[in-house]
Amino acid sequence: MTDLTSLTLAEARKGLAAKTFTSLELTDAHLSAIEAARVLNAFVMETPDQARDMAKAVDEKIARGEGGPLAGIPLGIKDLFATKGVRTTACSKILGNFVPTYESTVTSQLWRDGAVMLGKLNNDEFAMGSANETSCFGPVGNPWRREGSNTTLVPGGSSGGSASAVAALLCMGATATDTGGSIRQPAAFTATVGIKPTYGRCSRWGIVAFASSLDQAGPIARSVRDAAMLLRSMAGHDPKDTTSVDIPVPDYEAAIGKSVKGMKIGIPREYRLDGMPAEIEKLWSEGAAWLKAAGAELVEVSLPHTKYALPAYYIVAPAEASSNLARYDGVRYGLREQGKNIIELYENTRAEGFGAEVRRRVMIGTYVLSAGYYDAYYLRAQKVRTLIKKDFEDCFAKGVDAILTPATPSAAFGIGEKGGADPVEMYLNDIFTVTVNMAGLPGIAVPAGKDAQGLPLGLQLIGRPFDEETLFSLGEVIEQAAGRFTPARWW
Amino acid sequence: MSTATHKLLKGATGDWEMVIGMEIHAQVTSNSKLFSGASTAFGGEPNSHVSLVDAAMPGMLPVINEECVRQAVRTGLGLNAKINLRSVFDRKNYFYPDSPQGYQISQYKSPVVGEGEVLVELDGGRSVTVGIERLHLEQDAGKLLHDRSPTMSNVDLNRCGVALMEIVSKPDIRDAEQAKAYVTKLRSILRYLGTCDGDMEKGSLRADVNVSVRRPGGPLGTRCEIKNMNSINFIGQAIEYEARRQIEILEDGGEIDQETRLYDPNKGETRSMRSKEEAHDYRYFPDPDLLPLEFSQAFVDDLKAKLPELPDQKKTRFVADFGLSAYDASVLVAERESALFYETVLDKLASRARDGKMAANWVINELFGRLNKEGRDITSSPVNAGQLAAIIDLIGEGTISGKIAKDLFEIVWQEGGDPRALVESRGMKQVTDLSAIEKVVDDIIAANPDKAAQVKDKPQSLGWFVGQVMKASGGKANPQSVNELLKSKLGV
Repeated sequence: MTDLTSLTLAEARKGLAAKTFTSLELTDAHLSAIEAARVLNAFVMETPDQARDMAKAVDEKIARGEGGPLAGIPLGIKDLFATKGVRTTACSKILGNFVPTYESTVTSQLWRDGAVMLGKLNNDEFAMGSANETSCFGPVGNPWRREGSNTTLVPGGSSGGSASAVAALLCMGATATDTGGSIRQPAAFTATVGIKPTYGRCSRWGIVAFASSLDQAGPIARSVRDAAMLLRSMAGHDPKDTTSVDIPVPDYEAAIGKSVKGMKIGIPREYRLDGMPAEIEKLWSEGAAWLKAAGAELVEVSLPHTKYALPAYYIVAPAEASSNLARYDGVRYGLREQGKNIIELYENTRAEGFGAEVRRRVMIGTYVLSAGYYDAYYLRAQKVRTLIKKDFEDCFAKGVDAILTPATPSAAFGIGEKGGADPVEMYLNDIFTVTVNMAGLPGIAVPAGKDAQGLPLGLQLIGRPFDEETLFSLGEVIEQAAGRFTPARWW
Repeated sequence: MSTATHKLLKGATGDWEMVIGMEIHAQVTSNSKLFSGASTAFGGEPNSHVSLVDAAMPGMLPVINEECVRQAVRTGLGLNAKINLRSVFDRKNYFYPDSPQGYQISQYKSPVVGEGEVLVELDGGRSVTVGIERLHLEQDAGKLLHDRSPTMSNVDLNRCGVALMEIVSKPDIRDAEQAKAYVTKLRSILRYLGTCDGDMEKGSLRADVNVSVRRPGGPLGTRCEIKNMNSINFIGQAIEYEARRQIEILEDGGEIDQETRLYDPNKGETRSMRSKEEAHDYRYFPDPDLLPLEFSQAFVDDLKAKLPELPDQKKTRFVADFGLSAYDASVLVAERESALFYETVLDKLASRARDGKMAANWVINELFGRLNKEGRDITSSPVNAGQLAAIIDLIGEGTISGKIAKDLFEIVWQEGGDPRALVESRGMKQVTDLSAIEKVVDDIIAANPDKAAQVKDKPQSLGWFVGQVMKASGGKANPQSVNELLKSKLGV
């Protein structure tokens, strides 16, 4: 039965429709895989009973010839998504055993379409991190290891649990969120496909907020087609989120296999960093060559404000976070550490409930919004953001259909290897991805090769606003050329 | 702008002038809260009107209530103010248990309504125009309950998230009388518009008052802000006290500390709440959960076209159409309910052109006078508009005299009933039949030959005869007929 876990979502859908196996069988196979992979720490909450109940209910529907586009597909849910009746913590101690009475819009749409919930996935605390090391439930292991090494590597972050679980075949797909690269970087570190759609494509309602103007939900999946299928269910206008956009959601799967002939692919010169590993450089050229071979035209483009993106991001995101996280005060839900008065209660609760990285960002955010500093930091960062957005607009105005970049500046690294002394070392992981969030554009990370140590590397494609379809078409070209990568099981 | 002379305060070293500006927080009349669907009903069980958004549960997002936007725009139009087609919601960050989000959603740099003005009438026909700086929408906070547990405080979030309009005046107010008149007028406009019920006891309208003093016409002094006043009289008292306090400090050679103060109505004094140094740094920034608030000029025009007649316009119309004095017209329009009552009377009159002015006199003198005496308001008047209109019709058409009308009013006040039927059943009809009156006139002249002889030299003594005849007829004789008859009989 375990070989059921190695199917792609698209293959599983066929098998379920043909009644080759049931959703309950598919779900059980994944539940067993989860149980056997606890060392990865990908799941922070397993919901086997709920999973089986959902699977049985879907099986009945399938038997009646009903069932939505994801009928019977078992998924993992990042712990940032509120799940009704199931503990939701954002992997922060401050939420304690918080159990929402509501379901996030994105997950409710997945259940509407027949998907089955296996459990909640680990992530960096409040999605703040690039290695899934800041979770209050401890770090997540990457199913990939360096050749000949037993060192456990990080899966990237913040959606580290999602990426690890999908790569280790613990779930057929997972929800994730991306504020500065939190879908694409872990996807690249684990040879999975991750897409951050255009800001406004998915509802943020019911997702624990990190930085509201940057946060966007998206899937991590085993293939480009799987990602397209998942995104179609996750996306859509939601009147409860006024930043979600009221335009129809296309059938993304129809974009798979569509010709990319004549498409103009921009290669941004500013992404060629000094000291960039040769293998990243090589991967990038290879990707470009594959797209060219498929009939696309390559053009060098310039995104002149790229170098300001990371510093500006680390002002905007903490500023919003400092305000978004003010609600965790010990008064209404979650952790409460008593004090002599209300101020002490706040201080004790927040000191005890937030981890170091969250505290750091809350303090940075508070600082940059303070009287006398607002103009120099926050306002300036917003101006930079406008310029970054304009860089992309200028580029697209010249007829460029998508932009190809590396997804990350390196492959996965060991737990505890980076950022210990200097958090900026960790922040640099997002150097290729934050620009996309700052501009609100869609970006996809697709596995494209391995480094010398056998670790997966990914490429990123950046698209026009709401043109995720082009990213799926181009992404599949890379996927076809590069092949799919599965880690050798060691757990 | 001011056409009024205002009060100066005498100090030991000369006169001082007050400079006053106000921030009025007016609760928007709407069924649901500014950013959530929870009810705004007053007086529910604690935490019975609280949505997930109001309680700031993780992942909740605000959605603007369009009705509150309409109400703010309507208010702006009523204040003759500039309506901003694009405005921005900001977060005002502070920690307090009455603010579950840890920030209040407000409008900081770009309010929905810009500059406007309010014409404020004072006693003696004086008036002053007070400039409006801005109006913005924001969330109200919850309420702490300190009496439910010996060791803890509780919080009631029913009011949390209810829409408020903060209406900021320019520092155009110069004394307590003007300040009180300004709040009264603003409250009246809001009530006419139906955008705020103006109920100060329930906290629907609260004022923060900024007070400073200076030498008349001199440079501005340092101001203190008196927070959260919910009575017009207290506003007046607080201003007087605060200005005196500041003058005393300045005349002693001291300096005013810019601070926030509270007024204690029991002691009749203001006291320091927090100094400028203790002031919060609210870290305002645009709320990333909300798009800028944008609407079209057509949206504004539509609201403008449907705006009700406001007190100033109504007053002008009453003066022009019915020849009311400016003062009487002001009295009638001051409260929406009074104006409504008067207009209902007008609607029911047989001839509003003939009796409109008389109706105003009756509403103001008889009805308001009687209501005041009994401490009732117009909405609980025992005499309704239809009854009053009938009484006035009866006077206007000559069926009863003004004097009889007062008796009739009293009967209707006490017992109710249809005035016209009462006049019939109780025989209160005015006697216009000359032959019936003539007999009485003749009798009285015959009984008073001396006085009759004097009338030719002293025509003013005719009034005495009129009075006697009216008395003898039980007030039912038509005074005009009596007058004419007496004149012809006595040869004046």
